[in-house]
Amino acid sequence: MALLEIVDLHAKVGDREILQGINLTVNAGEVHAIMGPNGSGKSTLAQVLAGRELYVVTGGSVTYDGKDLLAMAPEDRAREGIFLAFQYPVEIPGVSNMYFLKAALNTIRKHRGIEELDAMDFLNLVRDKMQIMKMDQTLLNRPVNAGFSGGEKKRNEIFQMAVLEPKLAVLDETDSGLDIDALRVVAAGVNAMRDPRRAMIVVTHYQRLLSEIVPDFVHVLAEGRIVKSGGKELALELEAEGYESLGVYEEPEAVGKL
Amino acid sequence: MTAVAEQTGHWLEQFTNQCPAAEPWIQALRDRAFARFAELGFPTTHDEEWRFTNVAPIARTSFTPAYPDKLLVYPESVKELDPSEVYLAKHAAFDQNAFVALNTAFLGYVTVFQVPRGVVVEEPIEITYEVPERPDLGTNLAAHPRTLILVGEGAQCTIVETYKGTGTYFTNAVTEIVVGDRAVVDHYKVQQESIDAFHIATLQATLGRSAAFTSHSISLGGALVRNDVNATLAEGSDATLNGLYIVNGTQHVDNHTMIDHTMPHGTSHELYKGILDGKAHAVFNGRIIVRKDAQKTDSKQTNKNLVLSDDAVVDTKPELQIFADDVRCTHGATIGQLDAEALFYLQSRGIGKSQARSLLTYAFAQDVVDRIKVQSLRDSLERILFEKFHEHAD
Repeated sequence: MALLEIVDLHAKVGDREILQGINLTVNAGEVHAIMGPNGSGKSTLAQVLAGRELYVVTGGSVTYDGKDLLAMAPEDRAREGIFLAFQYPVEIPGVSNMYFLKAALNTIRKHRGIEELDAMDFLNLVRDKMQIMKMDQTLLNRPVNAGFSGGEKKRNEIFQMAVLEPKLAVLDETDSGLDIDALRVVAAGVNAMRDPRRAMIVVTHYQRLLSEIVPDFVHVLAEGRIVKSGGKELALELEAEGYESLGVYEEPEAVGKL
Repeated sequence: MTAVAEQTGHWLEQFTNQCPAAEPWIQALRDRAFARFAELGFPTTHDEEWRFTNVAPIARTSFTPAYPDKLLVYPESVKELDPSEVYLAKHAAFDQNAFVALNTAFLGYVTVFQVPRGVVVEEPIEITYEVPERPDLGTNLAAHPRTLILVGEGAQCTIVETYKGTGTYFTNAVTEIVVGDRAVVDHYKVQQESIDAFHIATLQATLGRSAAFTSHSISLGGALVRNDVNATLAEGSDATLNGLYIVNGTQHVDNHTMIDHTMPHGTSHELYKGILDGKAHAVFNGRIIVRKDAQKTDSKQTNKNLVLSDDAVVDTKPELQIFADDVRCTHGATIGQLDAEALFYLQSRGIGKSQARSLLTYAFAQDVVDRIKVQSLRDSLERILFEKFHEHAD
C-alpha cells in the first residue's frame, strides 16, 4: 500500500482554482521532487497536504497511510506523521522555541503511545540534532523564529523535522533564500533523515536543491496539474532547457504563494 | 431634586453618620472633600473623561461604609507613619474627580509608609486590601482604601498593592506615591476583585528630579473597573507605565493614564496590553502632556488588544497635548485577533487547536509579564494566566 495516494485533487482559494486534478503516488522510502514555475500550485499542494483551511478542496481524494487525509484536522495529520517545512516559517513572539517544540513532540509521542519527555530528556534529544543543523543552542530559548535570519528559520524547520521524525515530510521551497553553504547544511540535515520508512516530497523551483537532495522521482507541475514525471535526470533537463521547453510558462501573478 | 442630589443623597447620610475624625484637620479635609463630591456628583458618559464608562450601577446602589481588611508586610527599614496634614492628600486632587473626593470624604483607615532617604529596600512592601463578606454590616459594602508612600531622596523600593474581596461591593481606592529626587520606585497593583465588584482607583505618583517610577497595573477581576494612573514628572525623571487587563463575560475595564511632563529631559514609556473575551469592554485612554518647559521630552505609548470573541469591544485613544517644540512623542494602538498563520503553524506541529489558541494568548501577555521583577508575583501571575488560558486545552 502506498503511503500517500493523491487522486484527481482539486483545490481553490477564494474563487480561483489552483489545483486542477493532481495525481500522485508516494511510497515509503521515496523522495519525490515537485518542480514548476511560480504560480503552478506547488505551495498550494504542500499546504493542502498539511491542512491549511485557507484552501478549499473541491474534488478528489488523498489517502495517507490508509486513512482519508482530507477529513483530518491539521494537528491530527501532524500526529499521524505528516510534517510541512514551511516556505515562510511563522514568527511567534512570546513562545520559546524550546517550549513549542517540546509541546509538539510530547503531543505526538502521546499520540503514538510513547512516554512523554521531561525537560532534561528533551534537551539530550535535541542537542545532537542541533549540532547536525549547526544551530546554536541559545536558539532554543528564543521565541519561535522571531528575529531569526532567513537561513536560521529554514534550519529551524529541518531541525523540527529531525526532532518530530515524521513519516511523510513535505519541504516547501526549503532552498529559497539560502546561500550555498546554508543550503548544504539544510540538505545534509534532510539527507540524514532519509529512511526506508520515511517519504519526502521536496517542492522547489530550482534544480540546485536537487543536486544536494537527490530525488527518486521528479514531477513538473503546471497550472495545477502534473504535466510530466520522470527520474532525477528530468530536473537536469529542466535546468538546461527551462520550463518553456515543456510549454510551461511562469505566471506573473502567483497566488499560490503565501 | 436634581439628578446629582438624588445620587449623592444617601452618601450624605453615610457621611453625616460617620464618626467624626479624631483630628480636626482630617475632619476639615473630609468636609471639604464631601462638599466637592456633592457639587460634582458622579460623572456621566457626557463627561469626556468617562465617555465609555457608565458608573450608573455605582451611583444608583446604596452602599454601606466599611473598612477593608488590611494586611501589611514590610521590611524593617520602612517606617509606618501616622497620618499628618503635612503630607496627606497633597497629590491626588479631588477638585475634578468625584471618586477621589468621595475617598477623601471617608478618609479614616489610612496607610502611610516612609522609605527614608538613601535607603535601598530589597524586599517588597506588600499592601493587601480585602473586602470580605460581612453580613453583620449589611450588603453592598463600600470601602475607601487610602495609601500614601513617601520615598526619600535616592531611596529605592518595590511596592505591591493587591485588591481582592468576596461578593458585591465597591472599592474606591486612592494611592499617592511621592518619589524623591533620584529615587527608584517599582509599583505593582494587582486588581483581583470579585467578579461582581466595582473597583475605582486612582494612583497618583509625583516624581522628583531624575527619579524613576514604574507602575505595573494588572487588572483581572471586577464587574466594573476604572484605573487612573497619573504620573507628574520633574526634570530628567522617568516614568514607565505598564498594564495588563484580562476580561471576559460582561466585565468592563477602563484604564486611564496621564503622564505630565512639566520639566525638560523627562522620559516616559507606556505599554498596556489587554485580552478580551465574551462581551467584555475595555477602554484605554493615554494622555500625555508635555508642558512648555518640558523640552527634550521623549515619550512612547503603546496599547495592544487581543480580542478572542466577536462581541468584545475595545475603545482606545491616545491624547497628546504638546506645548513644547523639541520633543519626541510616539503612540500606537492595535486591536487584533489571534494570528491565523501562527495558529496553523502550531497545529501543523501536532499542537491541538485549543491548546494553540491558549499558547498564543498566553504569549501575547508574555512581554508585560516579563517586566515584572518580583519573582513571587510573576510566578503567581503566570499561574493565573496558565489557568485562565489552559482550561479548555487538550
